[in-house]
Amino acid sequence: MAEAQALRKAVECGVPDNDKYMHPTLLKNRGNWKYHDRPRPGVLHHVAHSGDQVWSVRAGTQRQMDTHTIRKLCDIAEQFGEGFVRFTIRSNIEYIVADQNKVDPLIAKLEGEGFPVGGTGNSVTMVAHTQGWLHCDIPGTDASGVVKSMMDQLYDEFKSEQMPNRVHLSTSCCEINCGGQADLAVIVQHTKPPKINHDLVANVCERPAVVARCPVAAIRPALVNGKPSLEVDEKKCICCGACYPPCPPMQINDPEHSKLAIWVGGKNSNARGKPTFMKMVASGLPNNAPRWPEVNEVVGRILRTYKNDARPWERMADWIDRIGWPRFFEKTGLPFTKYLIDDWRGSRANLNASNHVRF
Amino acid sequence: MAKPMHPTPNLDQLETGPWPSFVTGLKRLAKDKDYVVDVLGHLEHSYQTRKGYWKGGTVGVRGYGGGVIPRFTEIKDESGNAVFKDATEFHTLRVMPPPGMHYDTATLRQFCDIWDKYGSGLIALHGQSGDIMMQGCTTENVQKAWDEINEMGFDLGGAGPAVRTSMSCVGAARCEQSCYDEAKAHKAVINSFLDDIHRPALPYKFKFKFSGCGNDCMNAIQRSDMAVIGTWRDNMRTDDELGKKWFAKHGMNELINDVVSRCPTKALQIKDAGAVRKDGHISAVALDGKQCLEIDNKDCVRCMHCINVMTGALAPGKDKGASILVGGKSHLKIGGLMGTLVVPFMKLETEEDREKLVELAQSIIDFFAENALEHERTGEMIERIGLVNFLEGIGLDVDPHMINTPRTNPYVRTDGWDAEVAKIEAKKKAAA
Repeated sequence: MAEAQALRKAVECGVPDNDKYMHPTLLKNRGNWKYHDRPRPGVLHHVAHSGDQVWSVRAGTQRQMDTHTIRKLCDIAEQFGEGFVRFTIRSNIEYIVADQNKVDPLIAKLEGEGFPVGGTGNSVTMVAHTQGWLHCDIPGTDASGVVKSMMDQLYDEFKSEQMPNRVHLSTSCCEINCGGQADLAVIVQHTKPPKINHDLVANVCERPAVVARCPVAAIRPALVNGKPSLEVDEKKCICCGACYPPCPPMQINDPEHSKLAIWVGGKNSNARGKPTFMKMVASGLPNNAPRWPEVNEVVGRILRTYKNDARPWERMADWIDRIGWPRFFEKTGLPFTKYLIDDWRGSRANLNASNHVRF
Repeated sequence: MAKPMHPTPNLDQLETGPWPSFVTGLKRLAKDKDYVVDVLGHLEHSYQTRKGYWKGGTVGVRGYGGGVIPRFTEIKDESGNAVFKDATEFHTLRVMPPPGMHYDTATLRQFCDIWDKYGSGLIALHGQSGDIMMQGCTTENVQKAWDEINEMGFDLGGAGPAVRTSMSCVGAARCEQSCYDEAKAHKAVINSFLDDIHRPALPYKFKFKFSGCGNDCMNAIQRSDMAVIGTWRDNMRTDDELGKKWFAKHGMNELINDVVSRCPTKALQIKDAGAVRKDGHISAVALDGKQCLEIDNKDCVRCMHCINVMTGALAPGKDKGASILVGGKSHLKIGGLMGTLVVPFMKLETEEDREKLVELAQSIIDFFAENALEHERTGEMIERIGLVNFLEGIGLDVDPHMINTPRTNPYVRTDGWDAEVAKIEAKKKAAA
């Protein structure tokens, strides 16, 4: 019997139907919603064509949650909500209730237990979160700690809706950028070529695959100290770290030389202009755990400038489109260095082919 | 009671400040688990030395080639023994959540019970690919935890060169802007590719994402190889009562500055009620007794901005469906790419509609599997071979919706021009 148990075969059931996990009012009005409004920051009020209404109370979480925290969130859902929750793409939890009278006590309980209510509309919502030192195999920095430091600083902006438009943030612990496009992103930027442990390369790395992985063809097979290994043309190397995941002996992470860069103006939404990629505007910031004050200073400065200067409904990208890049650097006080002029493929599209100049 | 904690002066600083602290959560788990005591020590070591110390390996569950992210410690003493001996392994199980990430509390509690029993007790809701990340498990316990998770009716997600776990927005479940049933499309597509999820054998990863409208809350255009983004073909719907309510609250300045002048295609105009055009492609919403906001739906690109501002007063039309974009990805290796529109519109209302979506996905994945180089994403493959070769490969006709502008250089051999024109004419005739 024990043997049969041990050989249980996987049931390849795939993604479950979400009907049974959904609040009954959502299920009943699926596809038949009429409009919504936001009675206060952190609360969405949806009205269906049937006349049914639901309130969703949104609260921030730390994403990396211990089971005690998740059970506490469940207790709150059972005692103050209606037993149904969902999570947003940015790790916020939403409590869905059909009874308006439950909204205020629910907010009070969540805030009392340390979960900030907010993240809706034109707020700064929770950072798109990666793994970092806690679990990733190639991280240049931590994610949870950077996120915690940023959100401590932006706590009031999460809980209010005072930004010109929504602000999406992301962090990424290497240049692969798992955090994705955002209005403002913090991403590791390595500044030195990988340090190669030639004793290990032949046994650990599939060398042709590593050679193929390099975006600038800077890696070639070589015999080092009589051992088959790989060498890097350091003049060509752009320090992107692409060789490190398939070949861990090519260590790219460095406590001193792995820096952090800030990017702005990414937008996935099609609203107004087409979706945009974010652009690098600052680099060389130290990987200063556990609180990353230098990163937070620049993040705060950019967001304050945007908040004061952008017009209603302008996302970061819309705002910079209006004021122009020279004024972005002037207003934020960030230095515009030669490294910010694109020379990657397609870069000519990023140069000013006009005499449009704002004075 | 677990063993005593390691000193964690760096992590301790992440317990201050108002945002919920993951360190406080880990410390609570560490009260009962030696495992988590050492996980905290391991992480503190990273904070002190500013480097990561988990390496990959091979750990899985019976019958699957993916879904588990193996992690083994690299913090060893001089004789090669693990310094944090109760946290030598820290594997993650990637579990696919219900579409829209809806949960009842009983389900969440069940995940907690399983993870207290077999894992570290740390669960990320959710990872960047949309998985429930059950973080921190020993090799020995991976299968046991998986068996119980699978018994709950949940399945593992993708990892490596495989179809990956997908995400869909809250959509039809709660959002008036939803243009198709995202959850049903998500489930229909993903559950058709379970073999490609569980047994990684593609050139590289392949991601689907499902957003119900152009606001693209799932970031589908940039984070998926095949993005399904909702839109509609007929006129925007309007509601005069909600239009008047909006106008009474916000006034003419906001209407002009925030709505009319922000329309990317100048499809909006303010008109006297009597002067609104009567053409079939015009819709209008009342502002007060005298004036209306007129929308020329032929010029509108369904960007969602005016609907976002005047929710309910303006709404997507009734002839809804989705656009399909292909080839979005992040930096590695040629730089970030947005998806390219390959299907301007398809209906997604019935099971047959969804079957057509699955067929399209299948032909794209088949073409990708045949033609992409190792570690090449779909977008990179299209960049290398050209969009037309890709379209011909999957059997889609070219369409001017797919481009920003026609070609701006003459470097193309066009001796097939007349034959192409003849084909287009013949198709027109057949359709007439």
